[in-house]
Amino acid sequence: MVFGKLRAALKKTREVLTRGLSRLFSLGRKLDATFLDELEHVLYQSDLGPLGTRLVEELKAAYARREIAEVAQVPAFLRAMLLRRLEGAAAPLAKTTPGPTVILIVGVNGSGKTTSIAKLANHLKQQGHKVMLGAGDTFRAAAVEQLSLWADRLGIPIIKQGPGADTAAVAYDAVAAAIARKVDYLLLDTAGRLHTQKNLMEELKKIVRVVQKQLPSAPHETLLVLDATTGQNAIRQASEFSKAAPVTGLILAKMDGTAKGGAVFGIREVLPVPVKFLGVGEGMDDLEPFNPEHYVDAILSFDKIEPA
Amino acid sequence: MFDSLANALGSAYRSIVGQKVLTEKNVDEGIRSVRQALLEADVNFQVAKEFIADVKQRALGQDVLTAVDPGQQFVKVFHDALTALLGGQTTGLPVTDNPPLILMMCGLQGSGKTTTCAKLALWLRKNKKKNPLLVAADLQRPAAVEQLQSLGKQLGIAVYAEPVTARPPEVCRRGIEHAHKFQHDVVILDTAGRLHIDELLMQELQEVQARCKPHGVLLLCDSMLGQDAVNSAKEFHSRLPLHGLILTKVDGDARGGAALSIVKVTGRPILFAGTGEKPDDLEEFDPSRMAGRILGMGDVVGLVEKAQSVIDEKEAEAQAKKLQKGQFTFEDFLSQLNMIRKLGPLKKVLGMLPGVGQMLKDVDLDDAHFKRIEAIILSMSPRERRNPEVIDTPRRRRIALGSGNQLEAVHGLIKQFKMMQDMMKKLGKGGGFGPGGMGDLEGMLGMGKKGGPQSGMGGMGGRGFPGGRGGFPGGRRF
Ligand SMILES: Nc1nc2c(ncn2[C@@H]2O[C@H](COP(=O)(O)OP(=O)(O)OP(=O)(O)O)[C@@H](O)[C@H]2O)c(=O)[nH]1
Ligand SMILES: [Mg+2]
Repeated sequence: MVFGKLRAALKKTREVLTRGLSRLFSLGRKLDATFLDELEHVLYQSDLGPLGTRLVEELKAAYARREIAEVAQVPAFLRAMLLRRLEGAAAPLAKTTPGPTVILIVGVNGSGKTTSIAKLANHLKQQGHKVMLGAGDTFRAAAVEQLSLWADRLGIPIIKQGPGADTAAVAYDAVAAAIARKVDYLLLDTAGRLHTQKNLMEELKKIVRVVQKQLPSAPHETLLVLDATTGQNAIRQASEFSKAAPVTGLILAKMDGTAKGGAVFGIREVLPVPVKFLGVGEGMDDLEPFNPEHYVDAILSFDKIEPA
Repeated sequence: MFDSLANALGSAYRSIVGQKVLTEKNVDEGIRSVRQALLEADVNFQVAKEFIADVKQRALGQDVLTAVDPGQQFVKVFHDALTALLGGQTTGLPVTDNPPLILMMCGLQGSGKTTTCAKLALWLRKNKKKNPLLVAADLQRPAAVEQLQSLGKQLGIAVYAEPVTARPPEVCRRGIEHAHKFQHDVVILDTAGRLHIDELLMQELQEVQARCKPHGVLLLCDSMLGQDAVNSAKEFHSRLPLHGLILTKVDGDARGGAALSIVKVTGRPILFAGTGEKPDDLEEFDPSRMAGRILGMGDVVGLVEKAQSVIDEKEAEAQAKKLQKGQFTFEDFLSQLNMIRKLGPLKKVLGMLPGVGQMLKDVDLDDAHFKRIEAIILSMSPRERRNPEVIDTPRRRRIALGSGNQLEAVHGLIKQFKMMQDMMKKLGKGGGFGPGGMGDLEGMLGMGKKGGPQSGMGGMGGRGFPGGRGGFPGGRRF
């Protein structure tokens, strides 16, 4: 199924990454300082940040406790360490009855919000849900047109106003329309904003308040879209966005490149919300539910990920 | 973890006070923490390693200057090395005797190409008196053409576009013909975002290049990029090759270590930095400023430049004199507050300073504090503003009432003001603005502090700072 796409992408990058890893885990290597240095290097390449160093420290400790004696045991050890940090990281999308389930999409500029909405809408539609879009990015040039084109392609309704309109007003209209037309899911787009822009973060709060006027339990999901190529700044993004909006999950976009989005681990230390989906391309089918095991394997590029 | 590399270096090297030269041993002591701090700024692992080895060589054998904190000296060595690396190959935009000048933009998805195309066109029109044409060759992302057209319309810049069914290399070629015909002296080609491992799309980019023979290919790099930045940049460079880089979203708080990595692996310079969403938020790249940022030192140079643009030199000079003589009044204070406010939101201004910014970063600062102080001062009579001594309790009560504040707030402000006057008098006789001084500034603004004061910053505030040009409204050195 769809997961094949991630595998295909990974396959392209396998060469790059496993060059480091296969040398690292090749026969006859000793668990010595050089090995640990190289391992740290490989871990850092996935944007694990300081966690890379910590994992190496944990490995050393395990060695000292004689839990680990040789290089061959290292992959399984790391895998377990990383998986432990992803406990509870997979969770299904919220669904309220009666609907609509309102999903607010937020993130920094260019992270992949609008495209992720299109993919998510497609995903939900395929599951038989009635979906509606709200064009809340009234700021960026042609953002409304961008989402409208996706709505056309998907054959789903979109609520929009002219450029420069108030996002909160669009959100209000969209919620009203979603209730009136009894849709199952309403996906609200928002303009990209840097988490350092105080007034724009305030605007986000306002959008949430306005949505709650008609549906006090909404938004049922607020998904932060992160670009997998982002480094340690992703952690700042997560903590700042979650101060302005009730972030319930992440979408990790652009996982089809060579970046691994390892900042997710650091994010979980400040914001332990699930990763709901991975974006693996620019098409509407390029979305995959998050699977911690596959993800960790991708980080470590172990052979399990290899398509059969 | 360390908040900033400057911090890490500062504390690592404070220990070598009293030693005469930087030696292998005392340099090594701090290397690991330095590396960690670089990695945290998203400098690529390999690049960090090589860079540190370089700098170590430079540092070894240097005399420990008695005048400065050794930690600070080491920070300076790093800062200079980073600046040299980031700015070493500065070339500016390409030029041609045979217009139009053709510039081609490329990069990963979401790196900011379309917006930057418009910004660059505007910059060229404003600063180089050019008449640019934008060519909409991103036919991939829905409504990318409309986005460019809409920006063009907004800025009054011509845009060449075709239906999205056309092929990008063709569109670019015809766009250039169009530029010849309509006497545009610059053409900027906006291409679709693409992954460096997407073979088909990378070939398409090469085809655009082969057909259009751009004078310069510019790679757009998001300043938030992580470790993978080197992989993509290397690939784009090996395919095209690149003339230079444009760093985007610099107005965020990413430390931007990836910028260093990209410069290092491509050997190409960063020409511009995108500093905001508005069309005129594009600046020529300043290596020293970026070095400061990667090190986490704050943007002293930027602040000073900004200050120069909004602050009346003469008045500042006059105030500085008064300040030193202890003749500083509430009127002067008010006019300074207004100058500072012109610099932008307080938090942003402070964030640009190494010492203060670090110390006050946990303080809940907002411009409301300014407004409150302003209200109190405005409720004073001109005489009171000039002679704070005359403000007795009944007067204070009146001022509190008039400004809508508690009496305590008025007491507090006046007390702090007097303390500042005293401190400034001392300062006027030499010495530095240490952490104690900052404490007073804090009190002055009546700010609640969330965390405790930063430790280990003692050396930062006092003596001017590498890369900083000194000079701040009122104070001579900061
Ligand atoms: N390769 C790849 N590209 C993606 C993915 N998701 C989004 N993109 C691309 O990234 C670019 C930006 O995506 P958008 O969806 O417009 O991002 P956005 O966050 O809505 O951007 P703004 O609204 O401008 O802040 C587009 O070119 C998308 O096609 C993904 O998973 N993989
Ligand atoms: Mg968008």
